[in-house]
Amino acid sequence: MSLLSIAGVLSSAIFSGTSLLYTTLGEVIDERAGIVNLGLEGVLLVSASTGVAVAVVTANPYWGVLAAALVGGTMNMVLGYLVIHRQANQLASGLALMFFGFGLSALIGRPYVGAKIHALPRILLPGLSGLPRLYTSLFSFDPLIYLVLPAAVLAWWLLFRTRWGLGLRAVGENADIAYASGRNPRLIRYQALFVGGLFAGLGAAHLAIAYAMTWTEYMTGGRGFIAVALVIFSKWHPLRAVVGALLFSGAVAFQLLLQSSGVQVSPFLLDTIPYLVTLLVLMIWGGTRKQSAPASLGRVYHGTE
Amino acid sequence: MSRIPDQGILSRALGSKAWRTAARYLSMILLALLLFGAILLISGKDPLQSYREMFSSTLGSAYGLSEVLVAMIPMLITALAVALPSRVGLINVGGEGQLYIGAAFATWAALTFPDWPAWVLLPVMALLGIIGGALWAFLPGYLRAIGLVNETITTLLLNSVAPKLIGFLIFGFWHAAMDTDKTPNFVPAGRLPTFWGTRVHLGLIIALVLLLLYWIVMKYTRWGLEMRAIGGNPQAAKRNGIPLETYLVTIMCAGGAIGGLAGMAQVSGFYGVLLLNFSMGLGFMGFLICWLAGGDPVGIVLMSFVVSVIMTGGNLLQLTRDLPYAAINILLALTLFVVLARPTLLRGEKT
Amino acid sequence: MAQHIGPQTGHPPLIAMHAITKAFPGVLANDRVDLDVYSAEIHALLGENGAGKSTLMKILYGFYRADSGAILHNGRPITIQSPHDARAVHMGMVFQDFTLIPAFTVAENMALFLPDLGAVLDISGINHRIHDLSARYDLRVNPRAMVSQLSVGEQQKVEILKLLLADARLLILDEPTRVLAPHEVQALFQVLDRLRGDGYAIILITHKLKEVLECADRITVLRGGRVAGTLPRAEASEPQLVAMMFGKESPELQVTRQEVHEERMTPLLELLGVETRSQGAQTSLKAIDLKVCSGEIVGVAGVSGNGQKELGDVFLGMVKCTRGRKLLFGRDATNLSVREVRRSGVGFIPENPLTMATVPFMTVLENMALTQTWRYARLGGLRMDLQAIKLDIEEGLKKFGFSFSLYVPAKSLSGGNLQRMVIIREMMHNPRLIIASYLTRGLDVQSTIAARQSLIQARDGGAGVLLISEDLEELFLLSDRLIVLCGGRIVGSFTPNETSINRVGQLMTGAEALHVTNP
Repeated sequence: MSLLSIAGVLSSAIFSGTSLLYTTLGEVIDERAGIVNLGLEGVLLVSASTGVAVAVVTANPYWGVLAAALVGGTMNMVLGYLVIHRQANQLASGLALMFFGFGLSALIGRPYVGAKIHALPRILLPGLSGLPRLYTSLFSFDPLIYLVLPAAVLAWWLLFRTRWGLGLRAVGENADIAYASGRNPRLIRYQALFVGGLFAGLGAAHLAIAYAMTWTEYMTGGRGFIAVALVIFSKWHPLRAVVGALLFSGAVAFQLLLQSSGVQVSPFLLDTIPYLVTLLVLMIWGGTRKQSAPASLGRVYHGTE
Repeated sequence: MSRIPDQGILSRALGSKAWRTAARYLSMILLALLLFGAILLISGKDPLQSYREMFSSTLGSAYGLSEVLVAMIPMLITALAVALPSRVGLINVGGEGQLYIGAAFATWAALTFPDWPAWVLLPVMALLGIIGGALWAFLPGYLRAIGLVNETITTLLLNSVAPKLIGFLIFGFWHAAMDTDKTPNFVPAGRLPTFWGTRVHLGLIIALVLLLLYWIVMKYTRWGLEMRAIGGNPQAAKRNGIPLETYLVTIMCAGGAIGGLAGMAQVSGFYGVLLLNFSMGLGFMGFLICWLAGGDPVGIVLMSFVVSVIMTGGNLLQLTRDLPYAAINILLALTLFVVLARPTLLRGEKT
Repeated sequence: MAQHIGPQTGHPPLIAMHAITKAFPGVLANDRVDLDVYSAEIHALLGENGAGKSTLMKILYGFYRADSGAILHNGRPITIQSPHDARAVHMGMVFQDFTLIPAFTVAENMALFLPDLGAVLDISGINHRIHDLSARYDLRVNPRAMVSQLSVGEQQKVEILKLLLADARLLILDEPTRVLAPHEVQALFQVLDRLRGDGYAIILITHKLKEVLECADRITVLRGGRVAGTLPRAEASEPQLVAMMFGKESPELQVTRQEVHEERMTPLLELLGVETRSQGAQTSLKAIDLKVCSGEIVGVAGVSGNGQKELGDVFLGMVKCTRGRKLLFGRDATNLSVREVRRSGVGFIPENPLTMATVPFMTVLENMALTQTWRYARLGGLRMDLQAIKLDIEEGLKKFGFSFSLYVPAKSLSGGNLQRMVIIREMMHNPRLIIASYLTRGLDVQSTIAARQSLIQARDGGAGVLLISEDLEELFLLSDRLIVLCGGRIVGSFTPNETSINRVGQLMTGAEALHVTNP
């Protein structure tokens, strides 16, 4: 295997993994507050379609990114209303949101299928300018990619080094105790969902605006669900999520490489590798160790009398 | 004084409850229709006209009604595939995957034994569908029983793997041509019989029988009692001698088996081929219907009917009114939102 | 002992409750109760279970609203509508169930309740404050430790520190010594003494007379929702307090201790060298050799959390032993399932009936059938014979003299009735071996007597009983033999005549381990 192909796999992993990482970070924040969002697919799709629409209409990709992020936050608010105020079941509400996202995104994106966007600038990774052009094209990243690692650190810092994050994690562990400490669990969950939605929206923005640079129906291809699995994989820790996202998208890139290098295995079967790898790692690490998951994850908060 | 309560009182209470339930569902549907009507208005269509057409095309004609029933069949079964495991506290979101694998197994029989008579081939296909679905649910069930990984995640992951396996089978194993995405047609012996010249197939009977069996088992049998105990307090059930882990694995497989049967019913009764990505969210739809109905068999039938009317009517609207398919998803989602947002309406039986 | 600022000095009490009345459906929990506490005072609130102590404190702390009456702070009336208000006037409460988040560190748990927490967490600053406070009052904990790793005594220290850090001046402690061993109780009293010296006011809710007489300045006794009397410690004595608490002679349980005859002993249960592996915060059992014979009650003493739950679970088969063998009725039972163990004639009364033995939403009738579903199944399992269950239950009710409704959901039963339900269920089919864990925890006097009576009846009928309890008086009262569990090991084994409560208390806390001869 040549250096070029390894570099290619790495580059592909980074490009496709960035949106996955943003989404996973958002879901980590949500789940730390105790809410599972199975509707991430829908959230991502609506954010992506809106982002593309705005990018086309304003002829400016940055507005598109902003719009995608805000829409992500807003879509999560819908989940929030159902789950927090109406105390509906989280899984069912998430799936309903997913269907909603399927429909809404298709409507929003209809006029823009295949439309061209002004691209985000691609900046070469500093220190690599001496390399031949083949390589520099692989490692010229857009701003969202450069921001993703700081975003992970930001998520970590928010959760573990701020008062807000402490309260958020307390709500996810035991909302009654959080309430006893004078906090408002409902409000905190809404806030968590909004911030998490912003991250997810950024993930959608990267996928549609920076990577694919267009809109297609159902373009997220299951990323929403993968993110939910990766959250467990990373034991609800933003920095470990980086590893998870990289591992998964690396597996995807690797099997694409296998396909293109003429390996005689059906592309369909190769496509299953990343999922099976994730499953395997989950089995080894144990996805349900009680000490890792936020204790109140998935529970409806009923409040005190 | 110490007699077990009179059966008569029970059925009387049920009667009034049925009316209240019906009224609830009706009000939900109306609210959803209102919301969707607003969307229609915004996109420049006449809501009243659209609704009139939607209802007349589905409920107003025999053909429309039959189409509604056809769409209901897989939903009934996939909802049951979620309901049964839910009684022991298992969350089976893997209906999609179980559906596909069951369909694949059944397809194998249909394509490998084209000469067998229907009364042999069909039961074999059904059996294979059951086995396939159960196999696909075994790993999640086992991992959950030993306390290693939550079944929600494993079933979700396997959902993504299943359609890819189907793709491999269609192209790599059954060598479909590159320009189609399906296997050769099933022989007539491999098709579930239909009724009255419509597309309603035997799957409907199967679905209703299964739902009835489910109701009987949960209410009267020993296993139903033990399952309800597990669902109510798994640790207590285990302490009282109920074999918790055995039930978890067995019932998860049973749920998968039912999901696989749904897959078999779809490819045999409805399509007559194995089509790539033939499930457009059927597994998830079953999950939603089950949860909204609180796992109750009657509720499952009612919710399936409602969803089916929307989807079928929506299809027809699309054909006649140039409404994008996406809009149907939105109407569906809005209905679901309305139901989810009114927990007081449905919360009664939910455990 | 520091002088307390009392009525003589003319200062108003820090907190005063006047004529507090609170009624719940069917019971008058507080009936015109007066209570006041001064700074630098330890005021004990004494009373039996159900006397109204908890209700009164929950009103003070803002969980309930009194139906009538007033609360004054430094002489001025205030309204307390939530714990938030209570904390605003510098009150803090340590509950029986700790309000700590196991997954958080000690520092994080405390930071959560700090009123002046900065937007960005100053972790080292918080650690310093914790360190200083804990040194001052000898409440030593490691701020960086995760709460799930702490012992119960250490968790209690954290709870108290939490209040101090949050600037509480009045501390309310609800049954603080329930989970402590004798020497830990002494340490707690020293802490309270130091706090009082610094001017803190402390309300101690308890039903333990001896402790009250040891550390309180004033004592208020509640009985049946009313104040039976308030008096300074100097004027109080044990018989006097007992009279105030019960209003009459406390009912005695007649127990005839069986003579232990070696010859007629048939071991019903034997554990030989049993070890288990712990998960998380549970304790692993090590080198357990234990025998329970027919016609005897073996008591297991130990501080909660030293392996009692694991012991019960290993008997039942919920937990597998990693080493050693288990013999039931003479046959090897090491790998039997729970169902098989029960089928061979074992009954199990766990420590918390609601969460560990019953399905709350199912009816009492259905719950009673759960342990023996095979017995009541007809047509190979297709039908459950509800009538037969009912008959068996009614027989049990008659035999024990209990009564409760069969068709209501189990969760609507009171704690006492739930325990009775479990007792009947487990004893209904005359088990040969009974394991009872914390049998009378949280029960009122009547239920306690009935429960103990049922064990004695069973023993007299030839059954063997393993009684796990933290109530040393109960163990000494009922056991024919006594063993002590500490840290997952058996550290002592004797008959009650051979030892004293104090000695057992020492062993329970690991003060020393006796060399154990074959029990």
